[in-house]
Amino acid sequence: MNKPEQTKSEFRVLGTRPIRPDGLDKITGRACFSDDFHLPNMIHGKILRSPHAHAKIKSIDTSAAAALPGVHAVVTGDDFPKVENKLISQGAAGMINIGEVADNCIARDKVLYDGHALAGVAADNPHIAEEAVNLIKVEYELLPPVMDVRTAMADGAPVIHDDFYPGAFILPTEKFLPNATRMQLGSGDLEKGFAEADIILEREYTSETIHQGYIESHITTVNWDDNNYITVWTATQGAFGLRDHLADVLLVPMANVKVVPLEVGGGFGGKERMYMEPIAAMLSHKTQRPVKIALRRDEVLRATGPSSGTYVKLKFGVKKDGTLVAADLHLAYEAGAYAGGPIFLGAIASTSRYNIANIQINGFDVIVNKPTMRPYRAPGAAQALFAVEQMIDELASECGMDVVDFRMKNLTKTGDLLVPGFPCAPIDTVKMMETVKAHPHYTAPLNGENQGRGMAYTMWFNLGDISSAQISVNPDGSVQLITGSPDLSGSRMTFAMQAAEALGIDVENVSASVGDTDAVGFSLPTVGSRTSYATGAVICDLVQDVLEKMCARVALLWEIDAELVSVEKGVFSNKEDSKLTMSFQEACEKLHETGGPITVHMTGSPQSFIPGTCVHLVDVDVDPETGKVDILRYTVFQDVGKAIHPDYVEGQMQGAAVQGIGMALNEGYYYDAEGHLKNASLLDYRMPTALDIPMIETVILESPNPLHPFGVRGCGEHSIIPPAAAIANAIHNAVDVRLNSMPMAPHKVCAAIKQKQAAES
Amino acid sequence: MSKRSHITTTINNESVDFLCEPRQSLLEVLRDVLYLTGTKEGCNDGNCGACSVIMDGVLVDSCCVLGVEAEGSKIETVEGLSSKGELHPLQKAFLEQTGMQCGICTPGFLIAAKALIDKNPRPSEQEIRHWLAGNLCRCTGYDKLVRSVMTAAESMAEV
Repeated sequence: MNKPEQTKSEFRVLGTRPIRPDGLDKITGRACFSDDFHLPNMIHGKILRSPHAHAKIKSIDTSAAAALPGVHAVVTGDDFPKVENKLISQGAAGMINIGEVADNCIARDKVLYDGHALAGVAADNPHIAEEAVNLIKVEYELLPPVMDVRTAMADGAPVIHDDFYPGAFILPTEKFLPNATRMQLGSGDLEKGFAEADIILEREYTSETIHQGYIESHITTVNWDDNNYITVWTATQGAFGLRDHLADVLLVPMANVKVVPLEVGGGFGGKERMYMEPIAAMLSHKTQRPVKIALRRDEVLRATGPSSGTYVKLKFGVKKDGTLVAADLHLAYEAGAYAGGPIFLGAIASTSRYNIANIQINGFDVIVNKPTMRPYRAPGAAQALFAVEQMIDELASECGMDVVDFRMKNLTKTGDLLVPGFPCAPIDTVKMMETVKAHPHYTAPLNGENQGRGMAYTMWFNLGDISSAQISVNPDGSVQLITGSPDLSGSRMTFAMQAAEALGIDVENVSASVGDTDAVGFSLPTVGSRTSYATGAVICDLVQDVLEKMCARVALLWEIDAELVSVEKGVFSNKEDSKLTMSFQEACEKLHETGGPITVHMTGSPQSFIPGTCVHLVDVDVDPETGKVDILRYTVFQDVGKAIHPDYVEGQMQGAAVQGIGMALNEGYYYDAEGHLKNASLLDYRMPTALDIPMIETVILESPNPLHPFGVRGCGEHSIIPPAAAIANAIHNAVDVRLNSMPMAPHKVCAAIKQKQAAES
Repeated sequence: MSKRSHITTTINNESVDFLCEPRQSLLEVLRDVLYLTGTKEGCNDGNCGACSVIMDGVLVDSCCVLGVEAEGSKIETVEGLSSKGELHPLQKAFLEQTGMQCGICTPGFLIAAKALIDKNPRPSEQEIRHWLAGNLCRCTGYDKLVRSVMTAAESMAEV
């Protein structure tokens, strides 16, 4: 069987820029996002949420709510089965405690954060449901809140859970303190390393809790029918995870739950977890009607998905020649209300791009009275990089070295051992550094005394693991491709392109869609930069199956042995008679003569931890009076293996960079001392607007990934990682102050400048 | 439940009557009463622009307008942008230049950009960025989105 071609010039489809199939519906308003879905007889749910960060629930009185005209049902934690604490597998993403998943969806004994759900109401319309929610009376016994990692880890801190399972996001952690678990990674001899160092620096960095900020809220419609079948229509990054969790929490068989993924209005990691589905399901069960629940924006910010605030302490040692010889990292990440924050990912992102002979990473997953932290595009990585890439910038300066040369000296290359103990899969990191140094931006003059340039470099990894796809070949020559991977920003097109390339047909002949959980096999969510790579690799394997079956059909028509038929670029030929050929289209038209249309399904599990790299270069102008930082020029260099659809790749690079810029300069949760979130709106949770940002220049590098037939690396997450570090370095270059606290909001920049001026005078 | 009012409007050049409660926003009326779900809700408090519509020639966040305030007004939504199967140049540019990713903010940006071009047929990049600062996009980083508006304005000016 012919394997797809790997030489660049051979690609017919990859590297072109066709228009996506879902585009027309999205520009005309016809696309069905989660809130656009309606069912006959549908009623509307609203959720009562805790106003307290930490409290015991003494009693809940729902009688007034239930009596309000227009209300159909009220549910509290008591209406749900008790789900035992049990770690269940999430594939490459590690393990999760399903008991805590249940408790996070509806509290029973204790509320653990401002916004924790504790009752639901279904009514004729959302207004009545909201009125009814306000009639529910809850008696609380207030407990002291624990709002940051250092407080939570201190002696005598209030204990949030009497007992809990240590988090196991990707890899397991071990219990360490009453509110924290630990993961230790490292190699070499730290003491010896520091003894060899000529320069040793110690620094501390902090960051605030941030949110993914998708513009579409969380909205779900659930119908629990008389036959005990539950159907969910929602926007999710992972329909199968949602199905499995809902089944486990409601104690119904997974086969009785169907999740139908709708168009997703932004996810970034925040839409791979279940939130309102158990409440909507129970309200549907009680009323025998479909129930829709749409979260308000303040509920989204208070009670879904945010991403960890951090405290990072570093000690690095370097020789005068620029060789990094020792690194001691203390990375403490908020887990939120339940263990399981991105501590392993923060650890692997912190230093994998450099070879450091003696290294120790102590990662802490810290429970605090905030919502359960969820992944946000390269979970935990930007926070680690903010610290380490500033340290690298300082060390390069101490050694009197150019920042690219310093990185080149310590660069991880193919085969080098990474901190978790496995070798770096093939990638050309030297080419990345050479490209940056040769780019005009690197040496362009800066104009203005408060302008500066900064750089940051990252290596981040694609998850692989389980994806499913199904191809049907029709008698008219068209091909249907169904995957279990929800499309967040054009992956239906990039799947169709990979299938068309491998089949040797035009992309217009491939129709790609996202299947519901009854229509296609199990797939892990669209997370971890895994979809274009891992699902794409499964599609390429599946195409080989399809072509094998097509060859057999052609052999029947030619009345020869199937082994004698070969196929290349959509043309079947007889190995013994090269003049005997048949096009893919002709073979399709004769499918009914040879046994009917062909459908083939495949579930595969490509390898995880495929590296991808990127460098960001940024020029800033700092206003020393106000502390406002303006981005003047921004260039993103990213190695994507092979750009399937260059527009989409550039879009990922630009979009991720701007999310990183928001994280760097503006975004952060503000809690008061009692643990109330004070900026739960999109006015006060200040994400970048078009006016804050210049055009984002992009440089795509393509060092092929040998583990994908076309060399593809996933590219969705990487470029959110470097912006904060690059901007911090640029601010330092501009006004000679170090910002060790994210976001680098104007008041902090201003204070740092004033402090420096005071010290000098 | 409060008494509902009978409201008469013109939406996308068609006469439309509806009944609405005083507390219902124009956004809720468009989406949940008239099933014109192209206009999106992002925040319901005027901060994200996903619900942008043009009302009597003025760009508004429809979540901040009451349904009853629409009496007698002329409203343009994303559903009215294309006519007779012909895409508006803005729609064409967003489609061809990848001016969107997930697509949830797209209707709001299209309407906001139309309101801009109606007033200022050849806006500069800076004018576009300033005008669109009331609309949030979390996917694109605005680069290709702003370029799409520039391309559409150029193509319209050429006609």
